[in-house]
Amino acid sequence: MSQFAINLLFVGASFLLYIGIAIWAKAGSTKDFYVAGGGIHPITNGVAIGADWMSAASFISMAGLIAASGYGASTFLMGWTGGYVLLAMLLAPYLRKFGKFTVPEFIGDRYYSDNARLVAVICLIVASVTYVIGQMAGAGVAFSRFLEVDSTMGLIIAAIVIFFYSVMGGMKGITYTQVAQYCVLIVAYTIPAVFISLNLTGNPIPGLGMFSTHTESGLPLLTKLNQVITDLGFNNYTADVDNKLNMILFTLTLMIGTAGLPHVIIRFFTVRKVTDARWSGGWALVFIALLYLTAPAVASMARLNIMTTIYPDGTDAAPILYEDRPNWVKEWEVTGLIQFEDKNNDGRIQYYNPTESFAPEAEARGWEGNEFTYNRDILVLANPEIANLPGWVIGLIAAGGLAAALSTAAGLLLAISSAISHDLIKGRFNPNISDKGELLAARISMAVAIVVATYLGANPPGFAAQVVALAFGIAAASLFPALMMGIFSKRVNNVGAIAGMLAGLVFTLSYIFVYKGWLFIPGTNNLADTPENWVLGISPLSIGAIGAIVNFAVAFVVARSTAEPPKEIQELVESVRYPRGAGAAQDH
Amino acid sequence: MSGHSYDAEKYWKANLRLIGGSLVVWFLVSYGAAMLFRPLLAGISVGGTDLGFWFAQQGSILTFIVLIFFYAWRMNKIDEQFGVSEE
Repeated sequence: MSQFAINLLFVGASFLLYIGIAIWAKAGSTKDFYVAGGGIHPITNGVAIGADWMSAASFISMAGLIAASGYGASTFLMGWTGGYVLLAMLLAPYLRKFGKFTVPEFIGDRYYSDNARLVAVICLIVASVTYVIGQMAGAGVAFSRFLEVDSTMGLIIAAIVIFFYSVMGGMKGITYTQVAQYCVLIVAYTIPAVFISLNLTGNPIPGLGMFSTHTESGLPLLTKLNQVITDLGFNNYTADVDNKLNMILFTLTLMIGTAGLPHVIIRFFTVRKVTDARWSGGWALVFIALLYLTAPAVASMARLNIMTTIYPDGTDAAPILYEDRPNWVKEWEVTGLIQFEDKNNDGRIQYYNPTESFAPEAEARGWEGNEFTYNRDILVLANPEIANLPGWVIGLIAAGGLAAALSTAAGLLLAISSAISHDLIKGRFNPNISDKGELLAARISMAVAIVVATYLGANPPGFAAQVVALAFGIAAASLFPALMMGIFSKRVNNVGAIAGMLAGLVFTLSYIFVYKGWLFIPGTNNLADTPENWVLGISPLSIGAIGAIVNFAVAFVVARSTAEPPKEIQELVESVRYPRGAGAAQDH
Repeated sequence: MSGHSYDAEKYWKANLRLIGGSLVVWFLVSYGAAMLFRPLLAGISVGGTDLGFWFAQQGSILTFIVLIFFYAWRMNKIDEQFGVSEE
């Protein structure tokens, strides 16, 4: 069977499974559509959160990102997991107790203000739309790479599959497909990693293998890696960073942003009671960690594998002849993700970091520049071939990458469509709409959201590349503080919360726009986006944490100087703090 | 909760204390061991590198998991103790 046929079989089978679930898990009410009926088991919910959270970027790109910068990229590992601690202790249980369907609904009720709810809806939509474009584009790319179809065509196929289960089943369909998608993606990620780890270290657990001995050299794996890459002029993998303030703020922004992202928060509304919301957070992180503990191992091992492929006899000996390159290099060259240019015409692949300090050695060895470049994504995509695994593992990676993209896209689309049908249509324009009418409105909103996301995925606007800045910045600077103060302070009132959200948002977006262009329009930035220009060395990606502090401070000061919230609101705050009487998530 | 306002207040204080303690650990492993204090821990080697690197790429994630389960377990106990659990 050809590789194409195997990939088609795996992807086709996984899609049939998702569609089967869609038919089985149809939504009969708005409660089914928004919160999957509200009786999801905490472990099931934990698995679903895992799939909801881990996107095409986590699956395909994160290991490559870590491989490229080593210790510095730990920010992503800590930031995208540490947020769950905040979520599980500061938000999820109380929002579950509140027992409504959407994040803006809590903000609107708690701050007794339709305007506060509207600000929350706008923040939610901007953050989620930016995020979903990347998922749709990622699905298109995965399709075109593994199934030899045009990426726009791939995108449309992916959209049709999502359409099936999310329009029919809403959160109910999404929950069960996410569980299936998690299983596909984690198996796909783990199998090649286990074999690579066995190959290099003899340890079947990649996360442990990373810190054990490299069998061939007898050195610790990371020592060996550092030796090889520094010999060729690359930066030390485990070295400390100079700008620690920025690393700390970036990590904090990712953590607070993670906790404030609506598509993650609404998953906690699907469990039966408050204690289940607490347990769900722990289970979610267990299932996320299965991938996140493997990713740094894949990163370091795949990087070492690439180096030893090019320098089979060590870094002091001549690199490999181009004609002797292994099969996986040939295969990925076809896609353009690996490129070779023989600058000194010696028929060998010189791969090194052409820095000034390396120049004398390069000259002595007759090298005329780095000849080998690869796209970071191949660290995961080419993993099965690098480890000489059979074709079905490659098929699994194809299905896994698509599962990661589809599951996150569906979660985001539900957050967007429920904000439109529940917060805008029912909340603002037609409060008397019947449950049936609202369910129809929710389905139509979902359908429209999918069409828009598909279009934007095929024609990504400039801001689509700014997921980290925009989605995490907005969630950290506007949504998280408003939600947290709504639970932990009885004193913050409507004006305080709105002023805080707007201040956090304007501050954060302005700082981002100064460096990245106003509304990300190229050429409109006031300063070049380079570390010398950053205030105190704080990058625009790290500013969300400061934005959150601005939000808290403004909200407190404004609230203190205006009237305290009415008595029934203070009672509402009391009631979300105590688990008793949670009941099912319900509408009014 | 109006009938038990004294207990309600104590319950909330117990929750805040637990959250505070948990967040101190959360801070110490990630912002502390993995970043700020990494130079101080440089002498402790772990598999070819130092303890700070291990905390940055694995240790803090493992600690986060333990923290959330510990919080859920303790909080459920506190719920029962104050008679505010769900059933």
